[in-house]
Amino acid sequence: MTIISMRNVSKFFGDFQALKDVSLDVAAGERVVVCGPSGSGKSTLIRCINRLEAHEAGEIVVDGTTLTDAPADLDKIRGTVGMVFQQFNLFPHLTVMENLCLGPRRVLGLTDAEARARAMSHLERVQIPDQADKFPRQLSGGQQQRVAIARSLCMEPRILLFDEPTSALDPEMIAEVLDVMTELASTGITMIVVTHEMGFARRVADRMVFMDNGEIVEIGAPEDVFTAPKSKRFATFIKQILNH
Amino acid sequence: MKRFLILASAFLLLSGCSNNWGWYVVDPTTNTGWVNLKFMASGAYYTIIMSLTAILISVVVGLLVALPGLSTKRGWRMFNRTYVEIVRAVPILVLILWVYYGLPALSGITLNVFWAGVLALALSDSAFQAEIFRAGIQSIARGQYEAAQSISLNYRDTMRYVILPQAIRRILPALGNQLVYMMKMSSLVSVIGLQELTRKANELVVSEYRPLEIYTVLVLEYLVLILIVSAGVRWLERRLKASDT
Ligand SMILES: Nc1ncnc2c1ncn2[C@@H]1O[C@H](COP(=O)(O)OP(=O)(O)O)[C@@H](O)[C@H]1O
Ligand SMILES: [Mg+2]
Repeated sequence: MTIISMRNVSKFFGDFQALKDVSLDVAAGERVVVCGPSGSGKSTLIRCINRLEAHEAGEIVVDGTTLTDAPADLDKIRGTVGMVFQQFNLFPHLTVMENLCLGPRRVLGLTDAEARARAMSHLERVQIPDQADKFPRQLSGGQQQRVAIARSLCMEPRILLFDEPTSALDPEMIAEVLDVMTELASTGITMIVVTHEMGFARRVADRMVFMDNGEIVEIGAPEDVFTAPKSKRFATFIKQILNH
Repeated sequence: MKRFLILASAFLLLSGCSNNWGWYVVDPTTNTGWVNLKFMASGAYYTIIMSLTAILISVVVGLLVALPGLSTKRGWRMFNRTYVEIVRAVPILVLILWVYYGLPALSGITLNVFWAGVLALALSDSAFQAEIFRAGIQSIARGQYEAAQSISLNYRDTMRYVILPQAIRRILPALGNQLVYMMKMSSLVSVIGLQELTRKANELVVSEYRPLEIYTVLVLEYLVLILIVSAGVRWLERRLKASDT
């Protein structure tokens, strides 16, 4: 079953075209890894899926809802799609627990006790239940990103988008975040992950998407695209990444 | 310049020792002096109450004017600009006179001196509050809005729980400035007869004819009030900072 369908999507920033006629179908439960050089439109692609960016041409259907500016549709989409950002974007004035409870309480209408119980279970899942009463700035980058993942999970999304979740982290903290994501991948949630962590891609991805210049240049199962890249651009890109 | 200052202060000191000065009017050790001082200090009530009431109102109005200024819609932004430009162009004294004498003629609504003063001060200050809030809210990173959107918070909750608590921490020093400014501007309300600090001092000057001594005490009264406000704002800043470190 297709849960995300993008048909000939184009996105412009002024005169600059960041997405050029992009089409992509993602099945429910699928794990897609998106890679490509900086500025190739990866962030724009996934930000169009939860409409942090509005596309100008083409059609995007998420879980049966066609993306428009209608507020009711927006609510539905944002309830279905969660997002994890490169810079975590935790709320700095709230504790970890308050960061996690805000959405469930205000949006899902959970009671205080229900929200806290749910938050705690997700903190355990990302292995930092003991940090619940700290403020974000008191945590390491890896811990902050795990809190951000837990915050998304508290909304029980069907789709989770990750925009370079480990790019802002010190090397020693990357693994703890990838481990949490790998565990998540085994639960059947649909994941689209923008990352250059090729080890993670090989282990977890059902499909790899390679973008360049606002286009999807190559797409396929990791074992196929890694061993036999069809495009020269992707072959060069992998070589650069792996030598890095 | 330096020499002039030394000479001037020496002159003031010397003349203070001479009989040209009449500190007895405000000398707490004498009976008249004590009564006069109490009379002057009793004006603090209206100065404080009026400034606090006015700043509360102007913060709320300022926020309500600031929000449309951040809209993507041109019409809303126009409303914000028009309000700010017009309101801050009117001198406070003129606004006080207009509210007190003009409003009844225009609308039939008559306000007593206290509320006329509060309204004029709050109105005038709200334009500045609107600018402070707009800048404060604009200083919050876009990622905070995006994170709020990604957990489906609506506009009101995003503002209330995510953006404003952070913005208010940032603009607290500016809000403190406005309160200090408001306390000083409240002296202008004396012209319509409110019994605040400046009015009390003026009345005493009329009966005692010792303007220099009485206005010096008046200056000290404002100084003390404002130092207290500054200390209070700094305390609040430290507390808010402490609560999220
Ligand atoms: N808000 C924006 N305004 C103008 N240009 C933008 C904006 N966001 C992205 N872009 C441009 O769109 C292109 C794609 O950006 P992005 O999707 O962030 O790339 P990637 O995530 O692959 O590095 C870049 O050239 C970037 O400069
Ligand atoms: Mg990006």
